[in-house]
Amino acid sequence: MAEEVIRPALWRRGLRNVALMSGGSVVVLMVLVAVLAPLLAPHDPYSQDLTRRLLPPFWIEGTDPTHLLGTDHLGRDYLSRLIYGARISLGVGFGVVLVSGLIGISLGLVAGYFGGLADMGISFIITTRLSLPIVLVALAAVAFAGASLATLITVLGLLLWDRFAVVSRAAAQSLRSRDFIKGLRAIGAGQVRILFLELLPNMRAALIVVMTLEVANVILLEAALSFLGLGVRAPTPSWGLMISEGRDNILFDPWLTALPGAALCVLVLAVNLLGDGLRDITGGRLK
Amino acid sequence: MLVYLLRRLAVALCVCVAVSALSFGLMFVVGDPAVAIAGAGGSARDAEAIRHAYGFDRPYVVQYLGWVGHVLRGDFGQSIYFNMPVTEIVRARLPVTAILGGVSFTLALVVAVPLGIVAARKPGGLTDRLALLLAVTGQAVPSFWLGLMAIVVFGVWHGLVPTSGADTWQGYILPVVVLAYSAMPAMMRITRSGMIEVLGTDYIRSAEAKGLPTWQVIVGHALRNAILPLVSLAALQLGVLLSGSIVIESVFALNGLGRLAWESLLRADLPVVQAVILILSLVYVVLTTAADLVNAWLDPRIRGVR
Repeated sequence: MAEEVIRPALWRRGLRNVALMSGGSVVVLMVLVAVLAPLLAPHDPYSQDLTRRLLPPFWIEGTDPTHLLGTDHLGRDYLSRLIYGARISLGVGFGVVLVSGLIGISLGLVAGYFGGLADMGISFIITTRLSLPIVLVALAAVAFAGASLATLITVLGLLLWDRFAVVSRAAAQSLRSRDFIKGLRAIGAGQVRILFLELLPNMRAALIVVMTLEVANVILLEAALSFLGLGVRAPTPSWGLMISEGRDNILFDPWLTALPGAALCVLVLAVNLLGDGLRDITGGRLK
Repeated sequence: MLVYLLRRLAVALCVCVAVSALSFGLMFVVGDPAVAIAGAGGSARDAEAIRHAYGFDRPYVVQYLGWVGHVLRGDFGQSIYFNMPVTEIVRARLPVTAILGGVSFTLALVVAVPLGIVAARKPGGLTDRLALLLAVTGQAVPSFWLGLMAIVVFGVWHGLVPTSGADTWQGYILPVVVLAYSAMPAMMRITRSGMIEVLGTDYIRSAEAKGLPTWQVIVGHALRNAILPLVSLAALQLGVLLSGSIVIESVFALNGLGRLAWESLLRADLPVVQAVILILSLVYVVLTTAADLVNAWLDPRIRGVR
């Protein structure tokens, strides 16, 4: 019922928020590109043509009109690879956040709601996790589990739940003493019901913001791991991997490195703006 | 304060134990260390002999305690690849990472705090917008890519700085700037939001009303209160910087700890990886503990409530 009053105002605030609208539309666009990649890509991103290697993009002389953004060191169409790269970035981003969100939110809810010993134990796990150098641990885990998309998502999901845990713990702590939760406890509602049907929906605004910012974080981390050769494996078109492949030709064809990096910037910037905008309209304090 | 200090130190100690157990466990989670030492040409009997010689057939707890005992005496074991004590290798590489992390952290702080203060004085103003733009882009740009682009532009096209290595101090310029740029946004934002909050309070208005100079109000009265979250965040960011320097060191071909860890991973040289993970974690624990203690010292409420 309260929703009916809040909704229109929230929508209006959302439409007026520049960061939210600009970031959001770019994210929607990128998701569409990723989903429709087979329709949009002019070529197969994997098919090589060694006779047509390193063709320059359209703004450099000697370009080929069928390859708008040129070809890479194996003669693969760069535009098609960039388009398919959006799938990897977004797929890993959302995949990891599903895993890490599940872990982090469960831990945070239990710690914040029950307090006491559970809180002490879980807070300790969070502190320990925070003190591990994340890039290095992720690299080590991927190195030994074997680099693949599934490993990458699992490893990052198991490592990056800290922000979810911290936020949901704080939210559960502040909700715990509210009257409606006390009332539910008084009428003997089950703990599981209180946790997942009452507490969780009441903190979704905060969690959606964390989720968005975490997606951006994961996309950057995936790119870094793939760049270091311990993330997504060749020939999969990951933007991070493309940056590292372009590095060999960086002296004469710096655009090979520049383009996937620019794509990363745009996507991460858009996701961050979306997250900041969501935080602004849902009344988050930090800016 | 003493009770708070002891409590905080006890937690830090527990975290150290957990972290050391984790980095020790890494050795066994990822495969059989005896097989790794025997190498590709080693037979099953070699591996068995190594297992016995190195004591890998003893119970995990015994091995862990033995390892911790050695680590406490500064002995991280032998590197499989270099066949040298890990401690020596780490000692040779540590200065590069320490300089890189320390200087970029200082640079980030020196830019972030004044920028945050200036931005907070007129929220929504031109400076504020520019500062936010700088922060938003800093958070979106992948640092390793920015590093590569910087090498092309400043090293190759203009020849202003060396393109790789750190034989001279000029070699540090680009990596330091790139790392600092990735660490600056969070610190700038937290200074800004802290200052906005504090500048709106009554005691700042009365400080201004009694005619104190602006800088004295800001530095003497406002910053002191706005700085608490910054202290915690700064410790976190320094940890992030040390971790992030893995990628930056590989881009700029700097022989630091991060590059050492990455190369050791590719060579399956686990004792080195273990040592670096443990050292970085311990640095982080020390930093966050120090930050908490500084905050408790700055703000009596923190130690009082607990």
